[in-house]
Amino acid sequence: MNLFEHVGRYSRLMAGVFTKPQRWGILWKQYKAEIEKQGLQSILITVIISIFIGSAITMQMVLNTENPMLPKYVTGLTTRETLLLEFSSTILCLILAGKVGSNIASEIGTMRITEQIDALKIMGVNAENYLILPKILGFVSIVPVLVIFSMFFGLLGGYIIATTGVISPSQYVMGIQYAFNPYYVTYSIIKSLFFAFIIASISSYYGYYAYGGALEVGKASTNAVVKSSIFILLFNVILTDLLLV
Amino acid sequence: MIEVRNVTKSFGDLTVLHNISALFEAGKTNLIIGQSGSGKTVLMKSVIGIHQVDEGQILYDGRDIAKMTKKEVAILRREVGMLFQGSALFDSMTVEENVRFPLEMFSDKSKEEWDERVNFCLNRVGLSHAAKLFPSEISGGMQKRAAIARAIVLEPTYLFCDEPNSGLDPKTSLTIDQLIHEITVENNITTIVNTHDMNSVMEIGDKVIFIHKGYKGWEGDKDSIFESGNQDLEDLVFASNLYKKVKKYHNLK
Ligand SMILES: Nc1ncnc2c1ncn2[C@@H]1O[C@H](COP(=O)(O)OP(=O)(O)OP(=O)(O)O)[C@@H](O)[C@H]1O
Ligand SMILES: [Mg+2]
Repeated sequence: MNLFEHVGRYSRLMAGVFTKPQRWGILWKQYKAEIEKQGLQSILITVIISIFIGSAITMQMVLNTENPMLPKYVTGLTTRETLLLEFSSTILCLILAGKVGSNIASEIGTMRITEQIDALKIMGVNAENYLILPKILGFVSIVPVLVIFSMFFGLLGGYIIATTGVISPSQYVMGIQYAFNPYYVTYSIIKSLFFAFIIASISSYYGYYAYGGALEVGKASTNAVVKSSIFILLFNVILTDLLLV
Repeated sequence: MIEVRNVTKSFGDLTVLHNISALFEAGKTNLIIGQSGSGKTVLMKSVIGIHQVDEGQILYDGRDIAKMTKKEVAILRREVGMLFQGSALFDSMTVEENVRFPLEMFSDKSKEEWDERVNFCLNRVGLSHAAKLFPSEISGGMQKRAAIARAIVLEPTYLFCDEPNSGLDPKTSLTIDQLIHEITVENNITTIVNTHDMNSVMEIGDKVIFIHKGYKGWEGDKDSIFESGNQDLEDLVFASNLYKKVKKYHNLK
């Protein structure tokens, strides 16, 4: 299949996804389950990664800004900007593409090859809407929470490093407050909403059109992660151009 | 009653079904038999409407599915139950939730009535004790039962079963066959079963349609199958040594 065929099939799938649900109650139930599965179960990994990256960035900034001309708070400032602008949205979502994307693709792919999707269709269920809409809505609505967590724990990681003496904690704290632009947080959250949509919809797409056996489900989830990552990187550039430049 | 009239179906250059006509009656288990690759599944999927036929008509009690509006198709879907070859239970749900699912999706009755119906269906297939288990925690035969319960929960008028015995031992197969047959008779359902299991044919074949290389080779009931005079059918029926012996005995008599 070439790119145009994929785009066509993806668009048709999305047209089926974004229709009125047959039962709102069921959508709500599924939605809560997805929040739990894609969101809450990603919090721990988000926290761990963010603390470690936050500390690493701080150490690097200490080294890179070791210049008597530069005020000491620059370390905190640059750590904050790196986290807020890029890490807690783009890099975090790339990591989540691996976790959430492969999970979605293999779940839907397995349902496809074991005829569960056919079973839904024979019953008269709009399978696209029933299966995929709650995943997209769930992940898109939980991702800002993960982004905020990541920002907070990333900065905390930097603080932990500061307490070990590479830089004084008070200077670090001053740095992360200095010339704070709240719009950067908004910008990150807006980006993450797009990324979450990309991850959930592309992964659903690959799972939904899996065909064959268990091997194909594996391929579908690999494809889901690779393609979501590419589109995240692409949209990162586009959105930054639109929102910041 | 489902009527298939002169149906032809091809995929590209390959014509899989040639001018097939058949009548599937209510309250009977109608079997489609034939060798692997003969077109049984394609015929069943064409009747359900998953495949669109090139020529011919399919009538559900006189209603032509090709002429139905989207709404009418949606209503028809609710009158159809299907048992899939691999059961196709939703593996994120327990047995009970699987059976309840069609009700939650389509029924406007009260929760109490749902409970009652779910319990009735689970009881009917003998699975009340396994209600809280997940599909991965029960045997293949139990999965088939659960799938039957799910297929009948909305009280279908038409029931389709694609190879209900695949992967089951002969004894379990027999109980599944009998269950399908009993439910069919009890509820006056038009049941269509795809099979190449001769035990099923002999057990529940109220009406048998034999498909050979995409053509209808023979039509009749389980008792007349031995006197069909159709060589291809005999080759299929008497493929095993057991049946060869049965035939010999039959002829001697
Ligand atoms: N979607 C399809 N596209 C192209 N050819 C198909 C398709 N589905 C089935 N066929 C072909 O139609 C023929 C009949 O297949 P079908 O699955 O109906 O056989 P069957 O009688 O159900 O066999 P089995 O007992 O093995 O299930 C086969 O040659 C198959 O390759
Ligand atoms: Mg088949």
